[in-house]
Amino acid sequence: MLQMMIRFVVGGAIVSFFALLADVLHPKGFAGLFAAAPSVALATLTLAATTDGSAYAALEARSMIAGEVAFVAYAAACVYFLGIRHAKSAPTAVLLLALWGLAAGALYAGILS
Amino acid sequence: MVIKLKVGALEQTRWREYLTRFVLGGLVTAMTGWLAHRFGPVFGGLFLAFPAIFPASATLLEKHEREKKRQAGFAFTIRGRLAAALDARGAVMGALGGMGFGALVWKTLPRGNLPLTLLLALGCWFAASCLLWYVRKHHPWARPRTKLA
Repeated sequence: MLQMMIRFVVGGAIVSFFALLADVLHPKGFAGLFAAAPSVALATLTLAATTDGSAYAALEARSMIAGEVAFVAYAAACVYFLGIRHAKSAPTAVLLLALWGLAAGALYAGILS
Repeated sequence: MVIKLKVGALEQTRWREYLTRFVLGGLVTAMTGWLAHRFGPVFGGLFLAFPAIFPASATLLEKHEREKKRQAGFAFTIRGRLAAALDARGAVMGALGGMGFGALVWKTLPRGNLPLTLLLALGCWFAASCLLWYVRKHHPWARPRTKLA
């Protein structure tokens, strides 16, 4: 339980820091880089390497590459629906998380497992 | 194109919105750890690249742009959605840079020092993302096309 709480606080702090950077940076296209900053990865890999060892964290990092491929597909779909179809941001960004899940799941089943 | 820091933009964001992002980030990090322990690091590692804050950031961006335009007298505008699309375009570059982050940690961490590896990987992510953004911004096909007379 304590582990989970530490993860929650450390993860929340790092994600908030990168979100804050994205808020103050201009132009918005550049600030968008920070929307895909490896904030969750920094928190998780630090804690995983400390508690479970470097080999365990390295395996997580390898899977992260597949997760980022899914993120590229997700963000590209967001560009299409928000920029070309002019759909509302909130439902579009939330519903398209299913696309991230599908892409990540397919890569896990096809390559990683 | 000059990159600027606009600290005044922080005044647009309310404490509730900061709290939302803190809670979302914390929940995703805690969930990733739990998934890795329950189903193994290969499955859990996928969630290191979960779009944790993008939906919240895009929603806030659209809301702030809409409010700005409403104050200027425009009742309906798609400017907020276009700003969110620009943010998503940046996120594509950030995610491509994230692959470099993952690859560097995967190959270096088993033999290297943890803080140094993460620092190097973060530098690699930033450099790769900035390079992609710069190339995208300055490449001829990114410029508006003009008809020759």
